[in-house]
Amino acid sequence: MLEDPAVALTILVLSLFVGWEVISKVPPLLHTPLMSGSNAISGITIVGALMAAGAATVTESSWLGFVAIVFATINVVGGFLVTNRMLAMFKPKDPS
Amino acid sequence: MTATTYVQLAYLVAAVLFVVGLKNLSSARTAPRGNRLSAVGMLIAIVATLLSKGVVNYPMILGGVIVGSAIGVVLALRIQMTAMPQMVALLNGFGGGASALVASAELLKGTVVPGSVPSVAIALGAIIGGITFTGSLIAFAKLQELMRGQPLVYPGQQFVNGIMGLGAIALCVMVSIQPTGLEAYAGLVALALILGVTLVIPIGGADMPVVISLLNSYSGLAACATGFVLGNSGLVISGSLVGASGLILTKIMCDAMNRPLTNVLFGAFGAVDQTAIAATAGGERPTVKAYTPDDAAIVFSSASTAIVVPGYGMAVAQAQHAVRELMDALEARGVKTRFAIHPVAGRMPGHMNVLLAEANVPYDKLVEMDHINPEFPETDVALVLGANDVVNPDARSAEDSPIYGMPILNVDHARQVMVIKRSLNPGFAGIDNPLFYLDNTMMVFGDAKQTVLGIVEALKEV
Repeated sequence: MLEDPAVALTILVLSLFVGWEVISKVPPLLHTPLMSGSNAISGITIVGALMAAGAATVTESSWLGFVAIVFATINVVGGFLVTNRMLAMFKPKDPS
Repeated sequence: MTATTYVQLAYLVAAVLFVVGLKNLSSARTAPRGNRLSAVGMLIAIVATLLSKGVVNYPMILGGVIVGSAIGVVLALRIQMTAMPQMVALLNGFGGGASALVASAELLKGTVVPGSVPSVAIALGAIIGGITFTGSLIAFAKLQELMRGQPLVYPGQQFVNGIMGLGAIALCVMVSIQPTGLEAYAGLVALALILGVTLVIPIGGADMPVVISLLNSYSGLAACATGFVLGNSGLVISGSLVGASGLILTKIMCDAMNRPLTNVLFGAFGAVDQTAIAATAGGERPTVKAYTPDDAAIVFSSASTAIVVPGYGMAVAQAQHAVRELMDALEARGVKTRFAIHPVAGRMPGHMNVLLAEANVPYDKLVEMDHINPEFPETDVALVLGANDVVNPDARSAEDSPIYGMPILNVDHARQVMVIKRSLNPGFAGIDNPLFYLDNTMMVFGDAKQTVLGIVEALKEV
Protein backbone atom coordinates (compact mmCIF):
# COMPACT_ATOMS: atom_id res chain seq x y z
CA MET A 1 0.00 0.00 0.00
CA LEU A 2 3.03 2.27 0.46
CA GLU A 3 3.41 2.19 -3.33
CA ASP A 4 0.79 4.94 -3.28
CA PRO A 5 2.83 8.10 -2.58
CA ALA A 6 -0.18 9.74 -0.90
CA VAL A 7 -0.56 6.93 1.63
CA ALA A 8 3.20 6.88 2.24
CA LEU A 9 3.33 10.64 2.85
CA THR A 10 0.27 10.49 5.12
CA ILE A 11 1.95 7.96 7.39
CA LEU A 12 5.23 9.89 7.33
CA VAL A 13 3.71 13.26 8.19
CA LEU A 14 1.44 11.93 10.93
CA SER A 15 4.31 9.99 12.54
CA LEU A 16 6.52 13.08 12.48
CA PHE A 17 3.79 14.96 14.35
CA VAL A 18 3.37 12.18 16.90
CA GLY A 19 7.14 12.08 17.35
CA TRP A 20 7.33 15.85 17.79
CA GLU A 21 4.54 15.87 20.40
CA VAL A 22 5.84 12.90 22.41
CA ILE A 23 9.47 13.97 22.38
CA SER A 24 8.75 17.61 23.26
CA LYS A 25 7.67 16.25 26.66
CA VAL A 26 11.07 14.72 27.41
CA PRO A 27 12.87 16.91 30.01
CA PRO A 28 16.44 18.14 29.29
CA LEU A 29 17.51 15.94 32.22
CA LEU A 30 17.00 12.89 30.01
CA HIS A 31 18.17 14.20 26.66
CA THR A 32 21.25 11.96 26.51
CA PRO A 33 19.28 8.75 27.18
CA LEU A 34 16.69 10.03 24.71
CA MET A 35 19.36 10.24 22.03
CA SER A 36 20.85 6.82 22.69
CA GLY A 37 17.40 5.25 23.09
CA SER A 38 15.91 6.80 19.97
CA ASN A 39 19.11 5.81 18.22
CA ALA A 40 18.44 2.19 19.11
CA ILE A 41 14.94 2.61 17.64
CA SER A 42 16.44 3.83 14.35
CA GLY A 43 18.06 0.39 14.27
CA ILE A 44 14.61 -0.81 13.13
CA THR A 45 16.27 -0.79 9.74
CA ILE A 46 17.46 -4.25 10.84
CA VAL A 47 14.12 -5.48 9.48
CA GLY A 48 15.28 -4.63 5.96
CA ALA A 49 18.71 -6.09 6.67
CA LEU A 50 17.18 -9.42 7.77
CA MET A 51 15.09 -9.58 4.62
CA ALA A 52 18.08 -8.87 2.39
CA ALA A 53 20.38 -11.35 4.12
CA GLY A 54 17.72 -14.01 4.61
CA ALA A 55 16.86 -14.50 0.92
CA ALA A 56 16.96 -18.10 -0.32
CA THR A 57 19.65 -17.55 -2.95
CA VAL A 58 22.88 -15.94 -1.82
CA THR A 59 23.79 -12.96 -4.02
CA GLU A 60 25.67 -9.66 -3.56
CA SER A 61 22.45 -8.39 -1.99
CA SER A 62 22.69 -11.00 0.75
CA TRP A 63 26.20 -9.94 1.66
CA LEU A 64 25.22 -6.29 1.81
CA GLY A 65 22.36 -7.45 4.02
CA PHE A 66 24.82 -9.34 6.21
CA VAL A 67 26.93 -6.23 6.82
CA ALA A 68 23.72 -4.26 7.39
CA ILE A 69 22.69 -6.78 10.06
CA VAL A 70 26.02 -6.34 11.85
CA PHE A 71 25.69 -2.53 11.76
CA ALA A 72 22.04 -2.50 12.79
CA THR A 73 22.56 -5.01 15.59
CA ILE A 74 25.38 -2.91 17.05
CA ASN A 75 22.97 0.01 16.92
CA VAL A 76 20.06 -1.87 18.53
CA VAL A 77 21.91 -3.89 21.17
CA GLY A 78 24.44 -1.17 22.01
CA GLY A 79 21.77 1.54 22.04
CA PHE A 80 19.25 -0.14 24.32
CA LEU A 81 21.92 -1.51 26.64
CA VAL A 82 23.78 1.75 27.15
CA THR A 83 20.49 3.61 27.64
CA ASN A 84 19.49 1.10 30.28
CA ARG A 85 22.86 1.55 31.96
CA MET A 86 22.47 5.32 31.99
CA LEU A 87 18.89 5.38 33.21
CA ALA A 88 19.80 3.11 36.12
CA MET A 89 22.09 5.90 37.38
CA PHE A 90 19.33 8.49 37.65
CA LYS A 91 18.16 8.33 41.26
CA PRO A 92 15.87 10.67 43.19
CA LYS A 93 16.92 12.24 46.46
CA ASP A 94 17.34 9.75 49.25
CA PRO A 95 14.02 9.68 51.14
CA SER A 96 15.81 9.46 54.50
CA MET B 1 -5.96 -12.71 7.20
CA THR B 2 -2.80 -13.77 5.44
CA ALA B 3 0.54 -14.40 7.12
CA THR B 4 1.81 -11.14 5.64
CA THR B 5 -0.96 -9.25 7.41
CA TYR B 6 0.06 -10.76 10.74
CA VAL B 7 3.65 -9.70 10.16
CA GLN B 8 2.55 -6.15 9.30
CA LEU B 9 0.42 -6.07 12.46
CA ALA B 10 3.46 -7.13 14.48
CA TYR B 11 5.31 -4.10 13.07
CA LEU B 12 2.40 -1.92 14.16
CA VAL B 13 2.65 -3.34 17.70
CA ALA B 14 6.38 -2.59 17.64
CA ALA B 15 5.77 1.00 16.50
CA VAL B 16 3.17 1.51 19.26
CA LEU B 17 5.63 0.18 21.84
CA PHE B 18 8.24 2.68 20.57
CA VAL B 19 5.78 5.56 20.98
CA VAL B 20 4.76 4.44 24.48
CA GLY B 21 8.41 3.83 25.33
CA LEU B 22 9.39 7.36 24.28
CA LYS B 23 6.39 8.76 26.16
CA ASN B 24 7.72 7.10 29.32
CA LEU B 25 10.93 9.09 28.92
CA SER B 26 9.01 12.15 30.13
CA SER B 27 10.07 11.37 33.70
CA ALA B 28 13.17 9.80 35.21
CA ARG B 29 10.95 7.50 37.27
CA THR B 30 9.25 5.84 34.29
CA ALA B 31 12.16 6.12 31.84
CA PRO B 32 13.78 2.71 32.52
CA ARG B 33 10.42 1.05 31.83
CA GLY B 34 10.10 3.08 28.63
CA ASN B 35 13.46 1.86 27.41
CA ARG B 36 12.49 -1.74 28.12
CA LEU B 37 9.18 -1.31 26.26
CA SER B 38 11.04 0.00 23.21
CA ALA B 39 13.45 -2.95 23.38
CA VAL B 40 10.49 -5.36 23.51
CA GLY B 41 9.03 -3.60 20.47
CA MET B 42 12.29 -4.14 18.62
CA LEU B 43 12.33 -7.82 19.57
CA ILE B 44 8.77 -8.24 18.26
CA ALA B 45 9.71 -6.58 14.96
CA ILE B 46 12.77 -8.81 14.57
CA VAL B 47 10.92 -12.05 15.37
CA ALA B 48 8.09 -11.14 13.00
CA THR B 49 10.62 -10.54 10.23
CA LEU B 50 12.36 -13.85 10.89
CA LEU B 51 8.99 -15.62 10.55
CA SER B 52 7.98 -13.82 7.38
CA LYS B 53 7.93 -15.35 3.92
CA GLY B 54 11.22 -15.26 2.02
CA VAL B 55 13.47 -15.06 5.07
CA VAL B 56 15.12 -18.49 5.10
CA ASN B 57 18.89 -18.12 5.24
CA TYR B 58 19.17 -18.34 9.01
CA PRO B 59 22.91 -19.15 9.25
CA MET B 60 23.73 -15.89 7.45
CA ILE B 61 21.39 -13.96 9.76
CA LEU B 62 22.64 -15.63 12.92
CA GLY B 63 26.24 -14.86 11.97
CA GLY B 64 25.49 -11.17 11.54
CA VAL B 65 23.44 -10.94 14.73
CA ILE B 66 26.14 -12.63 16.81
CA VAL B 67 28.91 -10.36 15.53
CA GLY B 68 26.79 -7.22 15.90
CA SER B 69 25.53 -8.14 19.37
CA ALA B 70 29.01 -8.91 20.63
CA ILE B 71 30.31 -5.53 19.47
CA GLY B 72 27.20 -3.76 20.80
CA VAL B 73 27.42 -5.38 24.23
CA VAL B 74 31.11 -4.63 24.63
CA LEU B 75 30.63 -1.00 23.56
CA ALA B 76 27.62 -0.45 25.82
CA LEU B 77 29.16 -1.98 28.93
CA ARG B 78 32.68 -0.59 28.63
CA ILE B 79 32.06 2.96 27.48
CA GLN B 80 32.84 5.69 30.01
CA MET B 81 30.03 8.15 30.65
CA THR B 82 32.36 11.01 29.67
CA ALA B 83 32.68 9.33 26.26
CA MET B 84 28.91 9.07 25.71
CA PRO B 85 28.90 11.67 22.89
CA GLN B 86 31.38 9.55 20.91
CA MET B 87 29.32 6.45 21.60
CA VAL B 88 26.12 8.05 20.32
CA ALA B 89 27.97 9.42 17.28
CA LEU B 90 29.23 5.93 16.50
CA LEU B 91 25.78 4.38 16.96
CA ASN B 92 24.27 7.05 14.67
CA GLY B 93 26.85 6.12 12.08
CA PHE B 94 26.08 2.40 12.22
CA GLY B 95 22.35 3.09 11.96
CA GLY B 96 22.80 5.32 8.92
CA GLY B 97 25.25 2.89 7.36
CA ALA B 98 22.85 -0.03 7.84
CA SER B 99 20.06 1.90 6.10
CA ALA B 100 22.29 2.79 3.15
CA LEU B 101 23.32 -0.88 2.87
CA VAL B 102 19.71 -2.05 2.91
CA ALA B 103 18.84 0.43 0.16
CA SER B 104 21.82 -0.82 -1.87
CA ALA B 105 20.88 -4.46 -1.35
CA GLU B 106 17.37 -3.73 -2.62
CA LEU B 107 18.74 -1.93 -5.68
CA LEU B 108 21.05 -4.83 -6.52
CA LYS B 109 18.06 -7.18 -6.68
CA GLY B 110 17.18 -5.34 -9.88
CA THR B 111 13.43 -5.54 -9.37
CA VAL B 112 12.80 -1.88 -8.56
CA VAL B 113 10.24 -0.14 -10.78
CA PRO B 114 11.72 3.07 -12.25
CA GLY B 115 10.13 6.25 -10.91
CA SER B 116 8.24 4.38 -8.16
CA VAL B 117 8.20 5.27 -4.47
CA PRO B 118 10.84 2.59 -3.70
CA SER B 119 13.20 3.87 -6.40
CA VAL B 120 13.07 7.41 -4.98
CA ALA B 121 13.45 6.01 -1.47
CA ILE B 122 16.52 4.00 -2.46
CA ALA B 123 18.22 7.16 -3.69
CA LEU B 124 17.26 9.03 -0.50
CA GLY B 125 18.29 6.11 1.73
CA ALA B 126 21.69 5.98 0.03
CA ILE B 127 22.40 9.68 0.33
CA ILE B 128 21.07 10.24 3.86
CA GLY B 129 22.51 6.96 5.13
CA GLY B 130 25.88 7.59 3.46
CA ILE B 131 26.22 11.12 4.85
CA THR B 132 25.17 9.89 8.30
CA PHE B 133 27.74 7.10 8.20
CA THR B 134 30.90 9.07 7.40
CA GLY B 135 29.65 12.26 9.09
CA SER B 136 29.20 10.34 12.33
CA LEU B 137 32.62 8.75 12.01
CA ILE B 138 34.19 12.22 11.68
CA ALA B 139 32.17 13.46 14.65
CA PHE B 140 33.39 10.40 16.56
CA ALA B 141 37.01 11.08 15.58
CA LYS B 142 36.74 14.71 16.70
CA LEU B 143 35.12 13.83 20.02
CA GLN B 144 37.56 10.99 20.68
CA GLU B 145 40.33 13.45 19.80
CA LEU B 146 41.62 11.18 17.06
CA MET B 147 41.56 14.36 15.01
CA ARG B 148 41.72 18.02 16.00
CA GLY B 149 38.46 19.43 17.32
CA GLN B 150 39.03 22.78 15.62
CA PRO B 151 37.07 23.50 12.45
CA LEU B 152 38.98 22.49 9.34
CA VAL B 153 38.47 25.22 6.77
CA TYR B 154 39.96 26.04 3.39
CA PRO B 155 39.15 28.68 0.78
CA GLY B 156 36.15 27.88 -1.37
CA GLN B 157 35.01 25.14 0.99
CA GLN B 158 31.34 26.05 0.87
CA PHE B 159 31.46 26.34 -2.91
CA VAL B 160 32.98 22.87 -3.25
CA ASN B 161 30.42 21.43 -0.82
CA GLY B 162 27.65 23.17 -2.71
CA ILE B 163 28.77 21.70 -6.04
CA MET B 164 28.98 18.22 -4.51
CA GLY B 165 25.55 18.68 -2.95
CA LEU B 166 24.03 19.63 -6.30
CA GLY B 167 25.80 16.68 -7.90
CA ALA B 168 24.33 14.36 -5.28
CA ILE B 169 20.83 15.73 -5.93
CA ALA B 170 21.28 15.21 -9.68
CA LEU B 171 22.42 11.63 -9.11
CA CYS B 172 19.42 11.09 -6.78
CA VAL B 173 17.11 12.07 -9.64
CA MET B 174 18.99 9.81 -12.08
CA VAL B 175 18.79 6.83 -9.71
CA SER B 176 15.08 7.44 -9.10
CA ILE B 177 14.34 7.50 -12.83
CA GLN B 178 16.68 4.67 -13.80
CA PRO B 179 17.29 2.48 -10.70
CA THR B 180 19.05 -0.21 -12.76
CA GLY B 181 21.95 2.07 -13.68
CA LEU B 182 24.62 0.95 -11.26
CA GLU B 183 27.14 3.64 -12.27
CA ALA B 184 24.89 6.48 -11.19
CA TYR B 185 24.12 4.68 -7.94
CA ALA B 186 27.78 3.99 -7.18
CA GLY B 187 28.50 7.66 -7.84
CA LEU B 188 25.69 8.67 -5.50
CA VAL B 189 26.98 6.47 -2.67
CA ALA B 190 30.54 7.70 -3.15
CA LEU B 191 29.44 11.34 -3.16
CA ALA B 192 27.30 10.81 -0.05
CA LEU B 193 30.25 9.27 1.80
CA ILE B 194 32.52 12.19 0.78
CA LEU B 195 29.87 14.77 1.72
CA GLY B 196 29.56 13.24 5.19
CA VAL B 197 33.26 14.01 5.71
CA THR B 198 33.38 17.44 4.09
CA LEU B 199 30.22 18.69 5.83
CA VAL B 200 31.41 17.81 9.34
CA ILE B 201 35.12 18.78 9.22
CA PRO B 202 34.40 22.56 9.24
CA ILE B 203 32.36 22.23 12.44
CA GLY B 204 34.15 22.85 15.75
CA GLY B 205 34.23 20.52 18.75
CA ALA B 206 31.99 22.73 20.86
CA ASP B 207 29.28 22.67 18.19
CA MET B 208 29.19 18.88 18.33
CA PRO B 209 25.92 18.80 20.37
CA VAL B 210 24.17 20.21 17.29
CA VAL B 211 25.93 17.89 14.86
CA ILE B 212 25.20 14.76 16.88
CA SER B 213 21.54 15.75 17.24
CA LEU B 214 21.26 16.36 13.52
CA LEU B 215 22.98 13.08 12.63
CA ASN B 216 20.63 11.39 15.10
CA SER B 217 17.76 12.81 13.10
CA TYR B 218 19.34 11.67 9.82
CA SER B 219 19.75 8.11 11.08
CA GLY B 220 16.00 8.10 11.74
CA LEU B 221 15.17 9.58 8.35
CA ALA B 222 17.42 7.01 6.67
CA ALA B 223 15.47 4.23 8.42
CA CYS B 224 12.33 5.99 7.24
CA ALA B 225 13.56 5.86 3.64
CA THR B 226 14.26 2.15 4.08
CA GLY B 227 10.63 1.78 5.12
CA PHE B 228 9.52 3.27 1.81
CA VAL B 229 11.95 1.04 -0.08
CA LEU B 230 10.44 -2.07 1.50
CA GLY B 231 6.86 -0.81 1.69
CA ASN B 232 6.97 -1.29 5.44
CA SER B 233 4.92 1.25 7.40
CA GLY B 234 6.41 0.10 10.74
CA LEU B 235 9.81 1.29 9.61
CA VAL B 236 8.39 4.57 8.34
CA ILE B 237 6.70 5.29 11.69
CA SER B 238 9.71 4.31 13.82
CA GLY B 239 12.15 6.15 11.58
CA SER B 240 10.14 9.35 11.66
CA LEU B 241 9.90 9.20 15.48
CA VAL B 242 13.69 9.27 15.61
CA GLY B 243 13.83 11.88 12.88
CA ALA B 244 11.53 14.14 14.90
CA SER B 245 13.50 13.50 18.08
CA GLY B 246 16.76 14.53 16.48
CA LEU B 247 15.18 17.62 14.96
CA ILE B 248 13.78 18.76 18.31
CA LEU B 249 17.15 18.33 20.00
CA THR B 250 18.86 20.16 17.14
CA LYS B 251 16.44 23.05 17.57
CA ILE B 252 16.92 23.15 21.35
CA MET B 253 20.71 23.19 20.93
CA CYS B 254 20.61 25.97 18.31
CA ASP B 255 18.22 28.05 20.44
CA ALA B 256 20.50 27.58 23.44
CA MET B 257 23.37 29.06 21.43
CA ASN B 258 21.18 31.69 19.79
CA ARG B 259 22.50 30.70 16.38
CA PRO B 260 20.53 29.52 13.36
CA LEU B 261 21.30 25.99 12.22
CA THR B 262 22.86 27.28 8.99
CA ASN B 263 25.38 29.25 11.04
CA VAL B 264 26.34 26.17 13.07
CA LEU B 265 26.72 24.02 9.95
CA PHE B 266 28.45 26.51 7.68
CA GLY B 267 29.76 29.24 9.98
CA ALA B 268 32.91 27.39 11.14
CA PHE B 269 32.38 28.95 14.56
CA GLY B 270 35.40 28.54 16.78
CA ALA B 271 37.87 28.72 13.91
CA VAL B 272 40.74 30.50 15.58
CA ASP B 273 40.71 34.10 14.50
CA GLN B 274 44.35 35.11 14.95
CA THR B 275 43.77 38.83 14.45
CA ALA B 276 41.18 38.95 17.23
CA ILE B 277 43.49 37.12 19.62
CA ALA B 278 46.38 39.41 18.80
CA ALA B 279 44.11 42.38 19.45
CA THR B 280 43.11 41.17 22.93
CA ALA B 281 46.63 40.08 23.81
CA GLY B 282 47.94 43.57 23.16
CA GLY B 283 45.27 45.29 25.25
CA GLU B 284 45.47 45.97 28.95
CA ARG B 285 43.69 43.34 30.97
CA PRO B 286 42.00 44.20 34.24
CA THR B 287 43.38 42.34 37.21
CA VAL B 288 41.60 39.38 38.71
CA LYS B 289 41.41 38.34 42.33
CA ALA B 290 43.09 34.96 42.73
CA TYR B 291 42.27 32.87 45.78
CA THR B 292 43.15 29.48 47.23
CA PRO B 293 40.87 26.53 48.05
CA ASP B 294 41.15 27.55 51.73
CA ASP B 295 39.70 30.99 50.92
CA ALA B 296 36.92 29.27 48.99
CA ALA B 297 36.10 27.05 51.97
CA ILE B 298 35.77 30.10 54.21
CA VAL B 299 33.31 31.67 51.79
CA PHE B 300 31.29 28.45 51.67
CA SER B 301 31.31 28.17 55.47
CA SER B 302 29.26 31.34 55.81
CA ALA B 303 26.89 30.54 52.93
CA SER B 304 23.42 29.06 53.16
CA THR B 305 22.73 28.48 49.46
CA ALA B 306 25.04 27.43 46.64
CA ILE B 307 24.60 26.68 42.94
CA VAL B 308 27.23 24.75 41.01
CA VAL B 309 27.51 25.42 37.25
CA PRO B 310 29.32 22.50 35.62
CA GLY B 311 30.76 22.68 32.11
CA TYR B 312 32.72 20.47 29.77
CA GLY B 313 35.89 21.29 31.74
CA MET B 314 34.47 19.34 34.68
CA ALA B 315 34.15 16.26 32.47
CA VAL B 316 37.66 16.72 31.06
CA ALA B 317 39.10 16.90 34.58
CA GLN B 318 36.95 13.92 35.67
CA ALA B 319 35.88 16.11 38.60
CA GLN B 320 32.25 14.96 38.88
CA HIS B 321 32.86 12.65 41.86
CA ALA B 322 34.85 15.36 43.64
CA VAL B 323 31.93 17.73 43.05
CA ARG B 324 29.55 15.21 44.60
CA GLU B 325 31.82 15.11 47.68
CA LEU B 326 31.70 18.89 47.82
CA MET B 327 27.91 18.78 47.61
CA ASP B 328 27.78 16.24 50.46
CA ALA B 329 30.13 18.36 52.58
CA LEU B 330 28.08 21.49 51.94
CA GLU B 331 24.75 19.78 52.59
CA ALA B 332 26.16 18.36 55.84
CA ARG B 333 26.82 21.96 56.90
CA GLY B 334 23.27 22.93 55.95
CA VAL B 335 24.18 24.71 52.72
CA LYS B 336 21.40 24.11 50.18
CA THR B 337 23.30 23.00 47.06
CA ARG B 338 21.99 22.57 43.53
CA PHE B 339 23.36 22.30 40.00
CA ALA B 340 22.48 24.63 37.14
CA ILE B 341 22.59 22.84 33.80
CA HIS B 342 22.89 24.87 30.59
CA PRO B 343 21.40 23.09 27.55
CA VAL B 344 24.72 23.12 25.67
CA ALA B 345 26.96 22.28 28.63
CA GLY B 346 29.05 19.30 27.57
CA ARG B 347 29.42 17.72 24.16
CA MET B 348 25.87 16.44 23.68
CA PRO B 349 22.38 17.31 24.92
CA GLY B 350 21.96 16.33 28.57
CA HIS B 351 25.58 15.21 28.94
CA MET B 352 26.16 16.95 32.31
CA ASN B 353 23.09 15.30 33.83
CA VAL B 354 24.39 11.83 33.01
CA LEU B 355 27.85 12.58 34.40
CA LEU B 356 26.44 13.94 37.67
CA ALA B 357 23.91 11.11 37.96
CA GLU B 358 26.79 8.67 37.59
CA ALA B 359 28.50 10.45 40.50
CA ASN B 360 25.34 9.79 42.55
CA VAL B 361 24.00 13.33 42.52
CA PRO B 362 20.21 12.95 42.93
CA TYR B 363 18.44 14.18 39.80
CA ASP B 364 16.16 16.56 41.76
CA LYS B 365 19.29 18.66 42.31
CA LEU B 366 19.92 19.10 38.60
CA VAL B 367 17.99 22.20 37.55
CA GLU B 368 17.58 23.47 34.00
CA MET B 369 18.49 27.01 33.02
CA ASP B 370 15.06 28.65 32.89
CA HIS B 371 14.14 27.34 36.33
CA ILE B 372 17.35 28.26 38.13
CA ASN B 373 18.07 31.67 36.61
CA PRO B 374 15.55 33.59 38.78
CA GLU B 375 17.24 32.12 41.87
CA PHE B 376 20.76 33.45 41.38
CA PRO B 377 20.05 36.84 43.08
CA GLU B 378 19.03 34.91 46.22
CA THR B 379 22.09 32.67 46.09
CA ASP B 380 25.16 33.13 48.30
CA VAL B 381 27.73 31.32 46.16
CA ALA B 382 27.65 30.40 42.46
CA LEU B 383 30.50 28.00 41.71
CA VAL B 384 31.51 27.89 38.04
CA LEU B 385 33.38 24.71 37.26
CA GLY B 386 34.80 24.22 33.79
CA ALA B 387 32.11 26.36 32.18
CA ASN B 388 32.92 29.59 30.36
CA ASP B 389 30.81 30.85 27.46
CA VAL B 390 27.52 29.75 29.07
CA VAL B 391 28.16 32.15 31.99
CA ASN B 392 29.60 35.06 29.99
CA PRO B 393 27.62 38.24 30.84
CA ASP B 394 28.65 39.71 27.45
CA ALA B 395 25.98 37.46 25.93
CA ARG B 396 23.40 39.65 27.69
CA SER B 397 24.88 43.09 27.25
CA ALA B 398 27.71 43.37 24.68
CA GLU B 399 26.05 43.70 21.30
CA ASP B 400 29.34 43.30 19.44
CA SER B 401 30.17 40.00 21.15
CA PRO B 402 30.00 36.88 18.94
CA ILE B 403 27.87 35.21 21.58
CA TYR B 404 25.51 38.18 22.07
CA GLY B 405 21.94 36.98 22.54
CA MET B 406 22.85 33.49 23.67
CA PRO B 407 20.84 32.60 26.78
CA ILE B 408 23.22 32.23 29.72
CA LEU B 409 23.17 31.24 33.35
CA ASN B 410 23.13 34.51 35.31
CA VAL B 411 25.80 33.53 37.82
CA ASP B 412 26.98 37.15 38.08
CA HIS B 413 23.71 37.92 39.90
CA ALA B 414 24.76 35.72 42.81
CA ARG B 415 26.20 37.41 45.89
CA GLN B 416 29.56 35.71 45.38
CA VAL B 417 30.82 34.08 42.18
CA MET B 418 33.58 31.51 42.44
CA VAL B 419 35.31 30.36 39.26
CA ILE B 420 37.58 27.34 39.21
CA LYS B 421 39.71 27.45 36.09
CA ARG B 422 43.13 26.35 34.94
CA SER B 423 44.13 29.75 33.61
CA LEU B 424 42.64 32.87 32.10
CA ASN B 425 42.67 31.37 28.61
CA PRO B 426 39.46 32.21 26.79
CA GLY B 427 36.90 29.52 25.92
CA PHE B 428 36.49 27.80 22.58
CA ALA B 429 35.02 30.86 20.94
CA GLY B 430 38.18 32.80 21.80
CA ILE B 431 36.11 35.33 23.71
CA ASP B 432 37.25 36.96 26.92
CA ASN B 433 34.85 36.64 29.83
CA PRO B 434 34.19 39.82 31.89
CA LEU B 435 32.74 37.61 34.62
CA PHE B 436 36.30 36.90 35.79
CA TYR B 437 36.96 40.58 36.53
CA LEU B 438 33.78 41.41 38.46
CA ASP B 439 34.04 42.70 42.02
CA ASN B 440 32.03 39.78 43.37
CA THR B 441 34.06 37.16 41.50
CA MET B 442 36.86 35.17 43.07
CA MET B 443 39.07 33.09 40.80
CA VAL B 444 40.56 29.87 42.12
CA PHE B 445 43.17 28.72 39.63
CA GLY B 446 43.99 25.03 39.27
CA ASP B 447 42.84 21.64 38.08
CA ALA B 448 39.09 21.29 38.67
CA LYS B 449 39.30 17.98 40.48
CA GLN B 450 42.26 18.85 42.74
CA THR B 451 40.83 22.25 43.58
CA VAL B 452 37.40 20.90 44.50
CA LEU B 453 38.97 18.18 46.65
CA GLY B 454 41.10 20.91 48.24
CA ILE B 455 37.96 22.85 49.14
CA VAL B 456 36.36 19.71 50.60
CA GLU B 457 39.46 19.16 52.77
CA ALA B 458 39.57 22.78 53.86
CA LEU B 459 35.87 22.70 54.74
CA LYS B 460 36.64 20.09 57.39
CA GLU B 461 38.90 22.61 59.15
CA VAL B 462 36.59 25.64 59.17
